[in-house]
Amino acid sequence: MAMRVKIGLGSCGMAAGARQTQTALDEALAAAGSTLRSERTGCIGLCFAEPLVEVVDAESGQNWFYGRVDAAAAARIATEHVLGGQVQEDLLLTPDELHFLQSQQRIALRNCGVIDPENIEHYIERGGYQALRQAVCDLTPEQIIDTVKISGLRGRGGAGFPTWFKWDACRKAEGDIKYVICNADEGDPGAFMDRSVLESDPYSVLEGMAIAARAIGSSQGVIYVRAEYPLSIHRLELAMQAARERGFLGQNIFGSGWDFDIYIKAGAGAFVCGEETALLASLEGERGMPRLKPPFPAQKGFWQRPSNINNVETFANVAWIINNGGEAFAAMGTETSKGTKVFALAGKIKRGGLVEVPMGITLREVIFDIGGGIKGDGEFKAVQMGGPSGGCIPASLLDTPVDYESISQTGAIMGSGGMIIMDEGTCMVDMARFFLDFTQKESCGKCIHCRIGTKRMLEILERITRGEGKPGDVELLQDLGRQIQAGSLCGLGASAPNPALSTIRYFADEYRAHIEEHKCPSHSCRPLLQYHIKPEKCRGCSLCARKCPVGAISGELREVFVIDMGKCIKCGNCAASCRFDAVEVL
Amino acid sequence: MTNIAAEIDLQPLESVLAAYAAKPGSLITILQQTQEIYGYLPRPALAEISRATGIAPAKVLGVASFYTQFRLEPVGRYLIMLCQGTACHVNGAESISAVISEELGIADGQTTADGLFTLKHVACLGCCSLAPAMMINGEVYGNLTANSVRQVLHDLAAKEAE
Ligand SMILES: Cc1cc2nc3c(=O)[nH]c(=O)nc-3n(C[C@H](O)[C@H](O)[C@H](O)COP(=O)(O)O)c2cc1C
Ligand code: FES
Repeated sequence: MAMRVKIGLGSCGMAAGARQTQTALDEALAAAGSTLRSERTGCIGLCFAEPLVEVVDAESGQNWFYGRVDAAAAARIATEHVLGGQVQEDLLLTPDELHFLQSQQRIALRNCGVIDPENIEHYIERGGYQALRQAVCDLTPEQIIDTVKISGLRGRGGAGFPTWFKWDACRKAEGDIKYVICNADEGDPGAFMDRSVLESDPYSVLEGMAIAARAIGSSQGVIYVRAEYPLSIHRLELAMQAARERGFLGQNIFGSGWDFDIYIKAGAGAFVCGEETALLASLEGERGMPRLKPPFPAQKGFWQRPSNINNVETFANVAWIINNGGEAFAAMGTETSKGTKVFALAGKIKRGGLVEVPMGITLREVIFDIGGGIKGDGEFKAVQMGGPSGGCIPASLLDTPVDYESISQTGAIMGSGGMIIMDEGTCMVDMARFFLDFTQKESCGKCIHCRIGTKRMLEILERITRGEGKPGDVELLQDLGRQIQAGSLCGLGASAPNPALSTIRYFADEYRAHIEEHKCPSHSCRPLLQYHIKPEKCRGCSLCARKCPVGAISGELREVFVIDMGKCIKCGNCAASCRFDAVEVL
Repeated sequence: MTNIAAEIDLQPLESVLAAYAAKPGSLITILQQTQEIYGYLPRPALAEISRATGIAPAKVLGVASFYTQFRLEPVGRYLIMLCQGTACHVNGAESISAVISEELGIADGQTTADGLFTLKHVACLGCCSLAPAMMINGEVYGNLTANSVRQVLHDLAAKEAE
């Protein structure tokens, strides 16, 4: 029986210990005298079960997924299953966990976790570069753009702008030199699909860029990657080198006389550089500050030349669309949002990871059916979408379909597809404070409304979460928010108030509790907490008093202890240490 | 005042400048490679970059201070990049930060007296499903707990003591 054994080696897998797992697998195979070794793949998206090992029967194609594989489990899988043919049932993913994978429809992620990202042959075996060949040899630029138009593909970087329209504009723009730029800045803290695609299948992004370049009439591509993604940069470089060696990049591609090459620019850490005009400034070595549009990048972009900027995931869809036809892509999704979308599930979710599903399925299906619902025994409270530019969607709207328009109606945005799931332990006022803190720090400072307005909103939110909120604060936040939206030049400022405005819209009660009663219903804002020892439960063991770092608890042994709230620093040690559940948090 | 310039060897910078100084739009790349060499951006190096590229010193500093990746002060041997992204925030990054501060006696942006550790809060590392997460010298650690963080710090310190 010919077996293959694959191990997921993305950043997330390695953080979970996949390299040790790999070593253990290979050592066990070698010790048993086998010449077989494990194969590297990227991330298949089952991040909750990393390190992940897949055993494949090369003849029948049958496969088995093992999750949370530590060194000992790896050795057992190697000797018992890979060599011995005995499936290790107790280590397999459960059917529920596998459902996470089976309920997906993978286009952008079609090769992720399947191919070796450092071996171009794997990509070619799975149909790689056929689309580019077709685009170069058989299709006119107009036909390429037409196919993308039929597909209905919209930008996956946040704004959802029709991709064909930008390509067409750039194609028609006048200029001898044109640029194709890939936005891999992935700024939304909590989204990681671009990282995963770059680490797991860099080829599909390169091929998508080349097809775009062919359509537009460009010979130079640039990828702007976040500095925090060193593995993405490494694998892109290897992939580009391999593509050059095989003539998929470089001069005279497929004998057509057309040249196209790509280079990488590493970002230097600034959220605003994800905005396309700021990205262009950064590419030119400047401070990454956005500018007014028009002129749009399609007219005047990189070095004032016509440029087309697309997101990583947008490009990753392109080769599939050329291979399968625009209609096949448009057959999935909704009226206005075609195809599939990748979502990154994180936060208080049972099964966190990446899922790609047709547009139009509901939030409930994504979060509960695929993601397994809330981790632990908490209750679902809200899902945050769109990061610092988005908002929190409450439980009452869980049946909202995921498409650009429906999500926008809730006050959140589709954004890049990050979903942070929150339970009742997450305070919505604190979430608003968290995001305003982020945007306030990341504002480039060009627009007064954004620079100072976000600071003022943050100060008000900090006051409220400290228990110093005042009547009228909510109205002030709303008023400020509207002004910042109107007075900011780029999307950062224009959307910065969203996290506050959307939580006010759906969780007004929590704001009221903080401001009027000085209480945090989620027990998360520390300064608002009150600790109290319930006399009927206290046994007078003195443990809490001994654990208190500031001596705020006193009492006689075997009598009821009391907390001096004047001294209490709200560290929570007493509640955590009490064995009789006598300390209540109010 | 001590003459810092005398302590900084500008020699290794020369090959970087030779490769990029004349190329338009390369300032960020030059700064990144300079930081690779020195671990931070020493003032004398910035002055040299300005001289070689013809970019005004104020602009060089302006770009260096705009981006969070660039450091104008030296950092410790281990740079702890602690994620403060949304997923990590929701999963208790704040208490992890408190544990690190307590263990090492440093706050965000500071370096331990022995020059071993620097703590830096960063936005998302892209390992959100393993939140809370941190990256130390390129290596990601996920699913952090108070105990696992202490363990990592102890292990690194012990490795250095050897
Ligand atoms: C503040 C801000 C941050 C952004 N960050 C990103 C990002 O990290 N990645 C991205 O692809 N687009 C980002 N965008 C959107 C880009 O400006 C641009 O619309 C996108 O790259 C276009 O590609 P697409 O049409 O394929 O989506 C951001 C926009 C704003 C206003
Ligand atoms: S939010 Fe911490 S790794 Fe993404």
